Amino acid sequence: MALKRRDFIKGAAGGGAALATAAVVSSPAPAEARENKQMPPNAVGLLYDSTLCIGCKACVAGCKEANDLPPDFNTADKLWDTPIDIGPKTFNVIKVYADGTAATKDQEKDGFAFVKKSCMHCVDPSCVSVCPVSAMTKDAQTGIVGYNPDICIGCRYCVASCPFGVPQAEYDTPTPKIRKCEMCRHRQAEGKIPACAEVCPTGATVFGPITAINAEIARRRALKPGEVTTFERRTIGSGDTHEKAAATYIDHVYGEKEVGGTQFRFMSGVAFDKLGMPDLPEKSYPSQSEGIQHTLYSGMLAPAAVFAGLVWAAKRSAHVEDEHPEE
Amino acid sequence: MGNFHNEHEPLGGKLVSKTTVVCAILALIAAFLLAKRMVLGLGSVTNLNNGFPWGIWIAYDVVIGTAFACGGYAMALVCYILNKGEYHPLVRPALLASCFGYTLGGISIVFDLGRWWNAWHILVPKYMQTNSVMFEVALCVMSYILVLWIEFAPAILTKFHLTAHRKKLDKVLFVFVALGCLLPTMHQSSLGTLLVVLGYQIHPLWQTPLLPLLFLTSAICMGFSIVVFEAVLGSAGFKRSIKHEMPQLAKIARIVQGLMVVYLGLRFADIAIRGELGAIFGSGLRSLMFFIEILLFATPVVLFQSIKNRTSKQGLFVGAVSMLLGGALYRLDAFLVAYDTGPGWHYFPSVSELMVTFGIIAAEVLLYIVFVRRLPVFYTHALTPAELAAAHDK
Repeated sequence: MALKRRDFIKGAAGGGAALATAAVVSSPAPAEARENKQMPPNAVGLLYDSTLCIGCKACVAGCKEANDLPPDFNTADKLWDTPIDIGPKTFNVIKVYADGTAATKDQEKDGFAFVKKSCMHCVDPSCVSVCPVSAMTKDAQTGIVGYNPDICIGCRYCVASCPFGVPQAEYDTPTPKIRKCEMCRHRQAEGKIPACAEVCPTGATVFGPITAINAEIARRRALKPGEVTTFERRTIGSGDTHEKAAATYIDHVYGEKEVGGTQFRFMSGVAFDKLGMPDLPEKSYPSQSEGIQHTLYSGMLAPAAVFAGLVWAAKRSAHVEDEHPEE
Repeated sequence: MGNFHNEHEPLGGKLVSKTTVVCAILALIAAFLLAKRMVLGLGSVTNLNNGFPWGIWIAYDVVIGTAFACGGYAMALVCYILNKGEYHPLVRPALLASCFGYTLGGISIVFDLGRWWNAWHILVPKYMQTNSVMFEVALCVMSYILVLWIEFAPAILTKFHLTAHRKKLDKVLFVFVALGCLLPTMHQSSLGTLLVVLGYQIHPLWQTPLLPLLFLTSAICMGFSIVVFEAVLGSAGFKRSIKHEMPQLAKIARIVQGLMVVYLGLRFADIAIRGELGAIFGSGLRSLMFFIEILLFATPVVLFQSIKNRTSKQGLFVGAVSMLLGGALYRLDAFLVAYDTGPGWHYFPSVSELMVTFGIIAAEVLLYIVFVRRLPVFYTHALTPAELAAAHDK
């Protein structure tokens, strides 16, 4: 009675053919990753230049006010807002990198540098790709990654999938929401700009169309270190400028290529791995996962074919029993 | 031969025993904790955080639990798709365990959803997001729970003497059997695909585009193994002879062995091709977990090579348990141990969180015992195996 290979081959020739088909279509071998998504036509973004940042955290306070967020206490006396990272109560924080004596700004050794952390507004966002109910969306025009709690089911796949750890779920309420920076889209709807850019005194964070941001990045990269130049505050083209000597930028603008590009761009004088920014591939993660899903489920053709085979096989074994009607 | 379907009989016996009382208490504790979660939020019962937004309720109750519940799927594949009628006695007990595994897994998802009152949005066309693996898993699991109960319905209809309904259902049952094979193939592989998009956050010993295939093959093996496990355990627990089922269990052991060889081959070839062989040794706790997984997976491969082990209850039991633990650990590792969202985030389930998981397992065991004692689930072997085979061989 031991399993004979012959029996198995016989089985495979019949209903097993359906199984074999299932195995073949389930094989990810032919799964091609799709292309990264493209920048939306009227994309807007934020440019954060760490070398201009003075760490005043006006943007942190401005963000809280604009988004009606409560203080995030992390000291025993709970006297003032002390967020240590982004979270359900904090969409934007300024952190500091410090090494050795921390004497010189924007220097890796014995220096320090500021880091702004908030939503990157990916061109091909994981959170949007994974959301089962379209609660997380990317605006087709502006590219802003927004969230709608009225649709959200709270599965937290967006929290798990984001390569930057941005979407944050609430756990201390029976009616939790996902919280994240939405580039102040409620303010933009009123013709205003994101609060973090609005309040920044040095223009370390500026808002603008992604094309203008790209042009400004190119201009800054072309500057000679120490060369005195003007930097605009709030928006690119605001005319509200101040003069400052250009810093020594590293040859990497974070967000130009990472996971297919982001609409939050980050310039720095210190390497990004020191600033806690993950080293990410140029291929977006959704392009890989959707590639597998779309290969397997394209037009539901493969599942339909497998299902047809399975119905045939099940019917074949069912009619054996038809000949032995019950009772 | 006219009474073929009546081969299934309730086992009878007392419902109140030490086992059922303990299970009921554990289930009640879980119910209390779930009520607390509903009133005070997930944080009041779980250790979930934004570095680990999915905890043991997802990793065990859903991912591992539904793989344990693949018995119905595995048996439908051999019995109805490969047309091996000899496995028929094993189908209903397997289906019943699958019904509970999936139903309770589905219920526990609702408790894990932060905004559970919106769960119906999965079914609203304008909200459906077909790029999401989660969407596919949710839809598949929901449909499969229905399909499982329809597949099991003949036992209930027979119990309540609804012969006319039973006959109607029998005519279309093959469609549900086919669905019962398609849906698990889809979502058991997709439970692996869920992690692909997490990219670098999953350790390279687990993160691979082959995740769907590795999850599917191991889920089928876990399905076969749970059938063996339940048959052997049930023979002791219900004092029920399984000597008529031993030949089929031996064949199942052979299938598990073959599939596991394929699985292990794929696993190592994939790690080698991705150039991550070094990670097997240099990854600390994760290396250790990887070795334990491989050891558990390799046990049935070695054990089931000998006919002595395939035909003894003990050999079958050890091999099946090892396979089940391996499959469970693989899933736990992939979803929690291999997961790293950055410095500062830690997760270990809280006592309350674990008590909910134990309560759900207890509820499954309790319901299984009640059902097999009161409904026609098991074969009573009034017919000889030869007669049974004759009934099926056309």
